Amino acid sequence: MLLLAGRRLASMILMMIVISMLLFLAFEGDKLALAARVLGQYSPMEGRLQWLEDNGYNRPLVVRYLSWLFGFFTGDWKISAQVNRPVLEFLAPRLGNTAILGLCVFVITAVISLILGVLSGINEGGLRDRVISVISVITTSFPEFASGTFLVAIFVFWLDWLPGSSSFTNGFSWRELVLPVAVLVIFNFGYYTRMTRASMAEVMTSQYVRTAVLKGLPPQRVVVRHALRNALIAPFTVMILQLNYLLSGIVVTEVFFAYDGFAKAMYDAALFGDTYVVSACAMVAVFVAVLSQFISDIGYTYLNPRIRFA
Amino acid sequence: MTVTSAPATEMPKRPPFIVRMLRSIALLRESYVGMFGAFLVLFWIIMALGADLMPLRDPLAQSAPDLLKPALSLAPDGSTYWLGTDDKGRDLLSRLIYGSRLVLFWSILATFVAYAVGMLLGVMAGYRGGWWDEVISFLGNVLLSFPPMVLFLVILTNFGPNSRLGHVIASLGVDSTVVSGVIIIVAITFGTAPQVARIVRGLVLDLKTRDYIAAAEVRGESPFYIMLVELLPNARGPLIVDACLRLGYVIIAIAVLGFLSLGLPPPDPDWGKMIAEVRGFGAMASNAMIWPALAISSLVLGLNLLADALREISLHD
Repeated sequence: MLLLAGRRLASMILMMIVISMLLFLAFEGDKLALAARVLGQYSPMEGRLQWLEDNGYNRPLVVRYLSWLFGFFTGDWKISAQVNRPVLEFLAPRLGNTAILGLCVFVITAVISLILGVLSGINEGGLRDRVISVISVITTSFPEFASGTFLVAIFVFWLDWLPGSSSFTNGFSWRELVLPVAVLVIFNFGYYTRMTRASMAEVMTSQYVRTAVLKGLPPQRVVVRHALRNALIAPFTVMILQLNYLLSGIVVTEVFFAYDGFAKAMYDAALFGDTYVVSACAMVAVFVAVLSQFISDIGYTYLNPRIRFA
Repeated sequence: MTVTSAPATEMPKRPPFIVRMLRSIALLRESYVGMFGAFLVLFWIIMALGADLMPLRDPLAQSAPDLLKPALSLAPDGSTYWLGTDDKGRDLLSRLIYGSRLVLFWSILATFVAYAVGMLLGVMAGYRGGWWDEVISFLGNVLLSFPPMVLFLVILTNFGPNSRLGHVIASLGVDSTVVSGVIIIVAITFGTAPQVARIVRGLVLDLKTRDYIAAAEVRGESPFYIMLVELLPNARGPLIVDACLRLGYVIIAIAVLGFLSLGLPPPDPDWGKMIAEVRGFGAMASNAMIWPALAISSLVLGLNLLADALREISLHD
């Protein structure tokens, strides 16, 4: 276990270094344009050059990169050019917002897709299975901005039940959270439902379930006591991997609802050319990706007795 | 091609390509859901191909008095705006139909390029093994561990039409749609090809041990011949299903880029951008937003249903 963790940690740091190098190289191109965006369109040329000099952008790329890398691992994430604040201080509340959104989506998606997946996997090929399968394909086909459009048209413009933007301008409100969560759940639950269904269907054809049925146990008992535990291992571990997507993959939803989250911060920074923020975001994203992979592996080992006792 | 010293009996003649295609499409009859998916996809293909033949308005023509009209409203000249108009008074129906041409063209091209690159890398990694495998797999892992959106954003903001490189290319007189389209293809290839390569590599590792590969090696075929003629065609089954699904993802990705104003330049009727353009008008724009959203959902739904049915049929055999 410790060995696995150590190896993952080493490969994660290697990935982080490669990715941050690539990012610094990619954003190197247009420093003057960056200065122009910071100081405004009509700022004088001398001012822009001065700004680059003052903020250390004229040092060679290697020096800047190494100083950033050192700072990153020691907790100094540099100053964002766009918001003129320390990157760490700027990203922390954004991460908090995304965590709220992501957690809601994760829990709701997990509950819905496990229930529907189990219901359709119990009786593979039956009417209930077909209906659930078709529904999950249909909902997965709606990209976030399309289902967002439909939901906004219905619940904001027509029924006027919910606010159409979720920027939390008047403090946190659950009402503003409903639509972004709904959009993400609609887009995501189909995939996990099908995963659960496949796993459940496989377990239902296994020897020990057949034995349980043949020895005359009531069907509910067979499902709850014998099948469920084994059927949920695979979907659960896959669902953990979703955390990665819920951090950085939800740009569209956050932009659509003006939700001030992590992904939107990353999007704004990339458009602005704010290297320090983009790199920091990418590092956090890689960290969460590796972490969720690790948790998923550990969870799989722990949940699966065949591996646990091997 | 024949290797063994088997008696030279007549090989059963393969029916021509078209007949085989039609036969495999006919297999879809088994599944109503799959037929519905095929119908949706076919509908948009026909719309895209036949856009010029239909009596549509110019998708770029603006009309100042007809801003954000609802569906079925009348134009000043007495004709009907079947689906209404957008914020610049352009006809939504014709923008949708001409948009399907753009969406299908660029997404199919991007998927094709991504697949070609991914298959080539995957078959190299799988068949050659050793250093080839190490290097290709490492590069693939680096690209895969970029959060996908970061990858798109970095490529499109730094090398897209609004970057310095983009301005240089545009100053050479290249059409701005082409510049954007090419950079979109590059971004999608970077995002998709590693995944394709990973799938192909897995398939090749399995196929590599088959007798017909050994036979080809023994009779001295070149590695390229083996990779392209022996390995890839035999890996096609799972790849076709995957390509169908992935085309759906690519369509979504291109529309998302359009929505984030990183896609094709205005005034091209890109579906994602059509939504983004009118979003600021709030309730007044709900008509102009719903149609492109429906269009993209129906196309992706068609592809997903089709892929689903194809997978089920391939499992039957």
